[in-house]
Amino acid sequence: MKKEDVPQQIGLTDGETEVNYAVDGEGNYTLTQSCGWEAKTVALRQAWEAIVDQLQLVLDEIKAGEKSPLAYHMVKSQMDHALLAQYSGVARWRVKRHLRPDVFARLDDAALVPYAKVFNLEVGQVRTVPGQPDVEPFINKNNEVED
Amino acid sequence: MKIDFPHRQFAHCESGVTANLLNYHGLPCSEALAFGIGSGLFFGYVPFVKLNFMPLTTFRIGPGSIFGKATKRLGIEIKKEKFRDPVVAEKHLDSLLAEGRPVGAQTGVYWLPFFPPAYRFHFNGHNLVIIGKEGDDYLISDPIFEEPVRCPASDLRKARFAKGALAPKGKIYYIEKMPASFDLPQAVTAGISEVCRNMLKTPVPLAGVRGIRLLSRRLAKWPNKMSEKDTILNLGHIIRMQEEIGTGGGGFRFLYAAFLQEAAGILENDRLSELSQHCTEIGDLWRDFALLASRVCKGRAAVQDSFDELAQLLRNCADEEEVLFNDLMTVIK
Repeated sequence: MKKEDVPQQIGLTDGETEVNYAVDGEGNYTLTQSCGWEAKTVALRQAWEAIVDQLQLVLDEIKAGEKSPLAYHMVKSQMDHALLAQYSGVARWRVKRHLRPDVFARLDDAALVPYAKVFNLEVGQVRTVPGQPDVEPFINKNNEVED
Repeated sequence: MKIDFPHRQFAHCESGVTANLLNYHGLPCSEALAFGIGSGLFFGYVPFVKLNFMPLTTFRIGPGSIFGKATKRLGIEIKKEKFRDPVVAEKHLDSLLAEGRPVGAQTGVYWLPFFPPAYRFHFNGHNLVIIGKEGDDYLISDPIFEEPVRCPASDLRKARFAKGALAPKGKIYYIEKMPASFDLPQAVTAGISEVCRNMLKTPVPLAGVRGIRLLSRRLAKWPNKMSEKDTILNLGHIIRMQEEIGTGGGGFRFLYAAFLQEAAGILENDRLSELSQHCTEIGDLWRDFALLASRVCKGRAAVQDSFDELAQLLRNCADEEEVLFNDLMTVIK
């Protein structure tokens, strides 16, 4: 890749640049800043759209009484029941049971605490889900930067 | 407190961390050199290991290996530690920082708040250097970022004890003792030699040039085997593994070409400069692959025709890499 060919197509990082390796006019390698490449942005955006699709599916299943709200928060955290079990310390088979709406409805607050901790939510929030998938990965936070 | 640590932004986390740590301890080292001596370049297509629920395709060697091999080949004494208890792990980290020692750590990207949200996936092989603590915040030199960043202790704890594939288990590593002198040419030769072996002479068909050919054969069949949606998702997954932050572009091939150029100077061998150029051309081939793949993902190219062309591009990459690494092996003998 030549230095002048390093793509500068603003991606999803909102200002963060990354280093690309490219060859300058004399044939020497240099580190060149790039603010993004469309080919990558397409792939990244697609990965998030897949998550949003999956969340929409889960919301439909919850409405249809097939899944518990826990399923939504799990998918939003990009986890499956096995990974959620590892993070929460709740046994796999129990996580699976808690994904059933009838079992979930009977759980007391104490049983939801491990999940709330993983998701960084209040216990009450674990019981509720939004009407629409609420994932907005393309909005950037302001990072505190140290000199 | 904060260690006076010269932060440099690089393309790839682990080779960047290695280069910055070596630099801090008195060995001026580029990222490319750390990557090359640590034999970072690789290819592997491992359908039965899943990352974000899709087959693992990797263009680099596994996490931890670059730092371990680069320091070993340079005769540097290091220490690696893993922990079971996060509280113990944090106390130990604090005591190392109090001694004024910058500490490398393996973390899970998902839990790091300073990452742009769009990049926060469950990937547990991210490396960074912890260079201080102020109140409840750790100060971090993450080579992916332009400037050092801050991270609340509670978030870093989660990142160090991320679960799932490649779980870091609180892993930290640091340099204990630098040798009086370095044998750079010998370290460079050893680094190149191992990459040639990994790319050409693996016993498993999933790795090296054979791995690229396997992916090429598998990929040609995707449109018939999977739904169009899954086909496109799997293709996008490869683009991300190849081009996302941390590769320097072209699945690390450009970074490796930069290393070969530097190696030509160290070993005083012009042939390596020519091979560096060949490696750049191979990187460009991989970029062509990513560009066409992204067009397919966007629905701008017909799926079946494009997959034949994509498979052909991968075969070209494999053929060219076979030539490159055979040449390299001859040159360093």
